[in-house]
Amino acid sequence: MPQANAPCLLDAKQMEVHLQRLCREISAVFGSDASIALLGIRTRGLYLAERLKAMLESNLQKEIPLGILDITLYRDDLSELAGSPIVRPTEIPFSLKDRSVILVDDVLFTGRTIRAALDALLDHGRPKRVWLAVLVDRGGRELPIQAEFVGIKMDVAMDSRVSVHMKDVDGEDAVLLESRS
Amino acid sequence: MPQTYRFPHRHLLGIEPLTPQDILAILDQARAFEEVCERPEIKIVPALRKRLIVNLFFENSTRTRNSFEIAEKRLSAEIINFDADTSSLSKGETLVDTALNLQAMHPDLIVMRHSAPGAHALLARHMKASIVNAGDGAHEHPTQALLDAYTLRKRFSRLEGLRVAIVGDIRNSRVVRSNLWLLTKMGAHVTLVGPPTLVPAELKETWPGIEIAHELEPVLPHQDAVMMLRCQFERGTGAFIPGQGEYVRFYQLNAQRLRLCRPDVAVLHPGPINRGVEITSEVADGPNNLILDQVTNGVPVRMAVLFLLCNPHGEQVP
Repeated sequence: MPQANAPCLLDAKQMEVHLQRLCREISAVFGSDASIALLGIRTRGLYLAERLKAMLESNLQKEIPLGILDITLYRDDLSELAGSPIVRPTEIPFSLKDRSVILVDDVLFTGRTIRAALDALLDHGRPKRVWLAVLVDRGGRELPIQAEFVGIKMDVAMDSRVSVHMKDVDGEDAVLLESRS
Repeated sequence: MPQTYRFPHRHLLGIEPLTPQDILAILDQARAFEEVCERPEIKIVPALRKRLIVNLFFENSTRTRNSFEIAEKRLSAEIINFDADTSSLSKGETLVDTALNLQAMHPDLIVMRHSAPGAHALLARHMKASIVNAGDGAHEHPTQALLDAYTLRKRFSRLEGLRVAIVGDIRNSRVVRSNLWLLTKMGAHVTLVGPPTLVPAELKETWPGIEIAHELEPVLPHQDAVMMLRCQFERGTGAFIPGQGEYVRFYQLNAQRLRLCRPDVAVLHPGPINRGVEITSEVADGPNNLILDQVTNGVPVRMAVLFLLCNPHGEQVP
């Protein structure tokens, strides 16, 4: 539930700038790599991956396969969730074999989501290499995980939550700073 | 399913206590688990790792027991299969004593089949573990009804407004009771068909919206799905009908009667089939049958039930 009057870290225009930069960095590395595929982590990571796909396809003039990863069943805090865990299907409509897969998520925080995503991903096959792209790296890692492609890095207090809103699900593009309580 | 929904039940003793929202939660979760079952690579997820599940089957079962066991393994649960024939029950131990002994091993969940209606409720009162009813006498078989609903929903994309005929040994069927609760809660129209001796008229007191018919052929053209029931001769079906031959003559679903149905009618059967009695092989193996789909769908549906019960959140109701 979005919090009223939460401070805005990025507005729609700034978010677009950071996404464009993310896209340019990925294009520079994967311009000639035919094996690239995007894998969005539900929920916001998927919508980010959809936008990156459109940008990358426009930049690179080639089709980029997109898959969806649901990591609920791989979370190490399943029993601590506030509501009943909602599991939705993972959809990977391409073989992972010999693929360069870019995992896409909105916020990189403790690293536990990405750990779960890697477990889920490897249960579906063995990609050539896995990269990580996030819109916001807010620090606060609890596991040794880093992203290769980062939209924006910021230091955020542990009692705050970085919340990425996207037009597709939230009706607006924005990155907000919310209280975790 | 809204993000804030909480599955409120600690046990699955029957369909009767579930709300339509609870039923939809299970069916929606099962869709995600179907993806796990269809993976080309590893069909196992770590969702119930470190959870202990005891399978306690006091009645013979192959299909249901295997389905639960596969579901448990796909969720990475630890499993103990309790064989009633070789247990202390055969030495006179009561069910409650058995339950207390099992409780001492701290299981998270118990899947039980028992011939006594209400045995599961008794167990639930004496154990901290969640209890799943895998069939209690002629009372309920909730996961069978859930997998039937999942199969129908997958086939027709809805349950509301579906017309379903359930045909045969209604009197002795626990599958029927669970299906009556589920289908009527979800807005389907149910017609029970069978000889008067096998279709108790008092069922209309509990489910006033259902129809009861004693002739099969006039009912068939109006149905989206026909669920044939096994004649449970081991439960005394034979005592309620003049003879198997007469039953076959009036109530068997054969190719001739199937032609009275809509071309896309779905044929279901909870199994095991008495081929040549309630259904012919031609129909059971024909293009309208969803019988093996029911078996396939049983695994993700049971995964969903186990997953929701093993991950309790918020205040729980029994």
